Amino acid sequence: MSESQDKLSEKDFKDPYEFGFETDIESDFAPKGLNEDTVRFISNKKNEPKWLLDWRLDAYKRWLTMSEPDWSSVRYPPIDYQDSYYYSAPKDSEKLDSLDDVDPKLLETYNKLGIPLKEQEWLAGVAVDAVFDSVSVGTTFKERLKEDGVIFCSFSEAVKDYPELIKKYLGSVVPTTDNYFSTLNSAVFSDGSFVYIPPGVRCPMELSTYFRINAAGTGQFERTLVIADKDSYVSYLEGCTAPMRDEHQLHAAVVELVALEGAEIKYSTVQNWYPGDEEGRGGVYNFVTKRGDCRGDNSKISWTQVETGSAITWKYPSCILRGNNSSGEFYSIAVSNNYQQVDSGTKMIHLGNNTSSRIISKGISTGKSSNTYRGLVSIHPKSRNSRNFTQCDSLLLNDNCSANTIPYIESKNSESIVEHEATSSKISEEQLFYCQQRGLDEEEAISLIVNGFCKDVLQKLPMEFAVEAQKLLSVSLEGSVG
Amino acid sequence: MNNFLNIQSLSAKVEDKLIINNLNLNVDKGEVHAIMGPNGSGKSTLSNVLAGKDGYEITSGIINFCGEDLMSLKPNERSNRGIFLAFQYPVEIPGVTNINFIKTALDSNRKHRGLDPLKPGDFLKLIKEKSKILGIPEDRLKRQLNVGFSGGEKKRNEALQLLMLDPSLAILDETDSGLDVDAFKIVADSINSRRNNDSSMLIITHYQRLLERIEPDFVHVFINGSIIESGGPELASEIESNGYERFTDVK
Ligand SMILES: Nc1ncnc2c1ncn2[C@@H]1O[C@H](COP(=O)(O)OP(=O)(O)OP(=O)(O)O)[C@@H](O)[C@H]1O
Ligand SMILES: [Mg+2]
Repeated sequence: MSESQDKLSEKDFKDPYEFGFETDIESDFAPKGLNEDTVRFISNKKNEPKWLLDWRLDAYKRWLTMSEPDWSSVRYPPIDYQDSYYYSAPKDSEKLDSLDDVDPKLLETYNKLGIPLKEQEWLAGVAVDAVFDSVSVGTTFKERLKEDGVIFCSFSEAVKDYPELIKKYLGSVVPTTDNYFSTLNSAVFSDGSFVYIPPGVRCPMELSTYFRINAAGTGQFERTLVIADKDSYVSYLEGCTAPMRDEHQLHAAVVELVALEGAEIKYSTVQNWYPGDEEGRGGVYNFVTKRGDCRGDNSKISWTQVETGSAITWKYPSCILRGNNSSGEFYSIAVSNNYQQVDSGTKMIHLGNNTSSRIISKGISTGKSSNTYRGLVSIHPKSRNSRNFTQCDSLLLNDNCSANTIPYIESKNSESIVEHEATSSKISEEQLFYCQQRGLDEEEAISLIVNGFCKDVLQKLPMEFAVEAQKLLSVSLEGSVG
Repeated sequence: MNNFLNIQSLSAKVEDKLIINNLNLNVDKGEVHAIMGPNGSGKSTLSNVLAGKDGYEITSGIINFCGEDLMSLKPNERSNRGIFLAFQYPVEIPGVTNINFIKTALDSNRKHRGLDPLKPGDFLKLIKEKSKILGIPEDRLKRQLNVGFSGGEKKRNEALQLLMLDPSLAILDETDSGLDVDAFKIVADSINSRRNNDSSMLIITHYQRLLERIEPDFVHVFINGSIIESGGPELASEIESNGYERFTDVK
């Protein structure tokens, strides 16, 4: 192993600049702080059309009038928005020379997750040659997608190449005025992904393997827009089971999904940003706005998330069930350890007739963390024959952590049915002992029981990711024993 | 004194209540010992203490297993060294399939012996064979561990794990209770067929009929946390006919 590592660092990666990454660093930074000029700088850097600049500026002005939400259960010191950089070229972050310079703990995690060496380097921010196996694989994917007319590209590319689509759909699900963090994102978003599936097309592959590599330097203000045209289908996987080395503390992403008549979008997330250390120092604040619009009749949007990272998670992937017979699903596993704080859930807004939604949430807390499920099920007076089923289960691994379930239900149509079930339990000594009696050590036993607890949700993940997600759960719970 | 399982003057408390009271027991390789005693006398407590469950305060005594001080080992370490407990009340583990659980357990024990995980094909062959012996239908292997299993099905599943893990010391805590007549015979005979010079069994039971199928080398009468009399199979017959009166009167 050391031999191949030597080879990598000596030969291939000795001089990262050789590959033309980090040219002209100076001009790729916007000055520190946030003002109108920052917004103009970003838009200008990206050669954006005027309408988009105006859109950003509009959002910025809005943002100035707004204040940070304080209704959730998460607590953190005030964020100084002027003490940040809002634009830097994607590959700006300080590159390390080799894995030897990487925090050994991070490497240990990678090894446990079985991440290949090359990918480890990429994740950890070692300066690697951009010619990745997976990237070339990605190119092949792109060809294949093109044949079907599927568009899958960076947000910036989409602005250039498909301005009409962007104009039509951007902000149509999460309006610029929506909330403090999404409005901030609208003003300063750097890049993200764009997906369009043409009518009648079933996207021939999970948009995942490719993404895993190409999401490099996703940055703190990502913007994702997925449009599934009539009768199309797409499964999209965001994120990565391996934690990225990441210097940004605040992440405020926005994801918008639009499902037209008869279309289906399955959106899966594995979030494993840096959670901070055992004392609760550092870690990412993940303040994300994700929303899907079942705009057409018979459309379907399904969110699946496995959240194990970030110091603070504030996130409510939602569905607007506008079309008749449309359906929304939310399957979630949220793990909190040490001093992590999770306030997450979903909103299901039933507007059309015969709409249905299903919510399965599994919260696992340990350490001194707090883990809150917060969800809204709203049935509009005109939404007839609609149904919701909600199941929220919390599992506590010790006495120092906390779990809460806060369901809001607004059912304004008497023909509609809302069902809610919630359980909260401590991990059982009897179960642990049973597993240990059969030879599993305490951590293996906890991991097995937790995986069993999460099974209903794990099953909803694309196959290849379910396995990684299981490993990730085990890794996230390490040190929870005792 | 032998060098297999050796328990000397063992006393243990639960919640400040003395349950195991100055217990002595020696089990040698290849021996089958039966323990019989009234409800609440502490038989399951003894099993749990031997298997290393938390929550018991060992106030005195020593337990030696193959030359090691058992008390210094965690439950999984004891399992890895060959101690198996068939539970009186097997617990349900939702979301974990029976077959996966058994594979994980087996591989964990193999790992300790320096063996690689069993190849899926070999494992399947083995578990199918053992399930067949016990009359366990294959679809039960795919179910969640013990979840919704009937009482008898749980017991049969403990027997399956016994056959799969093939431990050197099996502690069977009322594995025969709750089985129907046919299941009782099947399970008893499959346990009996495990007898060999290298593995020992400690069988806790209320019924002599089990000991007719698995003839023990020793029968111990267990009252109030200690063995007050030991003998051969005839002791079981006596208990069957007369109950524990004679032994409790002695006290
Ligand atoms: N956690 C506990 N707290 C309090 N008392 C306990 C606890 N565990 C066991 N006991 C008591 O210890 C005594 C012995 O229990 P144990 O389960 O060992 O009996 P047993 O011999 O296995 O009985 P049975 O034949 O009914 O299975 C009982 O009186 C029981 O109530
Ligand atoms: Mg008992």
